[in-house]
Amino acid sequence: MKARIRKLVTFVEETRTEMGRTVDPPTLRAAAVAVIENPCAGKYVEDLAALMTIGEELGELLTRRAVAALGMPATSVESYGKAAAVGENGEIEHAAAILHPKLGAPVRRVLGKGAALIPSSKKRGGMGVVLDIPLGHKDAAFVRSHFDGMEVRVNDAPRANEIVVAVAVTDSGRPLARVGGLTKDQIKGEDGLR
Amino acid sequence: MPEVQLRKKFTAVEEIFHEGGPVSSVPLRRAASLAVIHNPFAGKYVEDIAGFMDDLKPLGLEMARALVAALGGDGKTVEGYGKGAIVGAAGELEHGALWHVPGGYAMREVLGDAKAIVASTKKVGGPGTRLDVPITHINASYVRSHFDSMEIGLADAPRADEILLALVMTTGPRVHARVGGLRASEIKGEDGLR
Repeated sequence: MKARIRKLVTFVEETRTEMGRTVDPPTLRAAAVAVIENPCAGKYVEDLAALMTIGEELGELLTRRAVAALGMPATSVESYGKAAAVGENGEIEHAAAILHPKLGAPVRRVLGKGAALIPSSKKRGGMGVVLDIPLGHKDAAFVRSHFDGMEVRVNDAPRANEIVVAVAVTDSGRPLARVGGLTKDQIKGEDGLR
Repeated sequence: MPEVQLRKKFTAVEEIFHEGGPVSSVPLRRAASLAVIHNPFAGKYVEDIAGFMDDLKPLGLEMARALVAALGGDGKTVEGYGKGAIVGAAGELEHGALWHVPGGYAMREVLGDAKAIVASTKKVGGPGTRLDVPITHINASYVRSHFDSMEIGLADAPRADEILLALVMTTGPRVHARVGGLRASEIKGEDGLR
């Protein structure tokens, strides 16, 4: 493994009620997070290929961990998202190098499908910085019930020379979704949008 | 006494490989199980609240078992534990104290014959409040290598009329523990202290 991982963290959230109404079945969201050394910290590095390779590794590792934490088959995953936070000695471009060129393919391989863009967010910050991972339906980005987000944070990361990388998956949309739009049973699944 | 109304459950698992020093051959794992429940005493002073401790027992057991499962399923690997509570704005600190008995005894029951008092902390706070849950060795409170803590919290809890309950377990000492004191190998295991 190219990535030097200091720690791996998983989060699972299960919502049973919302505004006093039972959510049945409960909605489940899980995120897997890696805290890694930033090999490009502290200096300007033109070629970010090393980070792209790390992104590919983490795409598989984190998706497997998140699905395992969800406790159901990968084919049950309905929405996904990804995010990264770079410590103060790194660049926002380092997060982009991890997230965008190569991380997506292994995510989709683990899930079996994933026609839609994987929504993402990134930032630079200190230890304990909050990442709001955007979530969208994995096969059709316009499914309105699945526009969502999951907050994760690791209190002792990222240190200045570290990067926090997160992948989130869910088995459903928002708990009591009711603002219309494209529904999941209307998905054509051809272009990743509808 | 009122029944326990559960809004959401949350599980976090950390797997720590190193903290700048040698990579541990056995990564330290820490897990937290959180439950967000309605506070039946919110908004008024209720004199007689102690009966709610019995109502919380099944939830305590469910959370303790979930922690063992999150750490791999074998209770014998668990070496440290702690507990905590965050009471929403319409409640009082004393409501958090209701968690001591059902939370602590649930972990002892699930772990077999754990002898040490379960370290704990609590506070009143709003949604997003963080709590540093203290952790000590399950059989001898003075084992210095196992003094630890895990930060927990949820962005949307506790609401004013809620209580966030937490249980935490760990599988070993701090990843680079080296400040002496009583060792786990020296535990007598008679009084829960040494």
